[in-house]
Amino acid sequence: MLTITQSLYDQIVAHAREDHPDEACGVVAGPVGAGRPERFIPMLNAARSPTFYEFDSQDLLKLYREMDDRDEEPVIIYHSHTATEAYPSRTDISYANEPGAHYVLVSTADTDGAGEFQFRSFRIVEGEVTEEEVKVVEAY
Amino acid sequence: MAIEVRIPTILRTYTDGQKAVEGNGETLAELFADLEARHPGIQARIVDGDQLRRFVNVYLNDEDVRFLDGISTKLADGDNVTILPAVAGGMA
Repeated sequence: MLTITQSLYDQIVAHAREDHPDEACGVVAGPVGAGRPERFIPMLNAARSPTFYEFDSQDLLKLYREMDDRDEEPVIIYHSHTATEAYPSRTDISYANEPGAHYVLVSTADTDGAGEFQFRSFRIVEGEVTEEEVKVVEAY
Repeated sequence: MAIEVRIPTILRTYTDGQKAVEGNGETLAELFADLEARHPGIQARIVDGDQLRRFVNVYLNDEDVRFLDGISTKLADGDNVTILPAVAGGMA
């Protein structure tokens, strides 16, 4: 289960809406081993694409250095799908390299009249996808 | 010639959980072959044939080696190499 504050949830949704029709991406870091998302870090989608995202390689290095220095890890790795449901694609699964992270997918397809806004969370471990419950709280 | 190599979480299964290991080599290709000798299996996760895997980033002293000489990039004693899998995906 992913437990997340309303404020972080809103920030992820706002970022996804802002970058629509491109895919938005980012991380919520938290203390190593705690499993608690705390620090919202929106990332630039270096691919600037409606169908693909990739962190810029220098930004990626800076991000991991910073997390390392602060004893943090990526608790959530999020990105948006702009025209399809919020479910990991084959591409998402093959590039998922953080088995300890919650992969959050949001779909901004609703802005195209394609249905309701979706916010879902998954574990992706060795190619296997497991959806989990998302619990939104006021504070931890 | 000692090179410090920082290992990402996903590859620490090959290094007994160590975040950094030491290796040797005149070039990145030699360094990864040297790592393979002590951490079997790790090379194939970084290298595909005679190139770096597309979605694995390798940095030499903070510079992405794709902007240097890729896997042929020359190394010097005391260099730092960082390996980080790309964070990427998308609906395509």
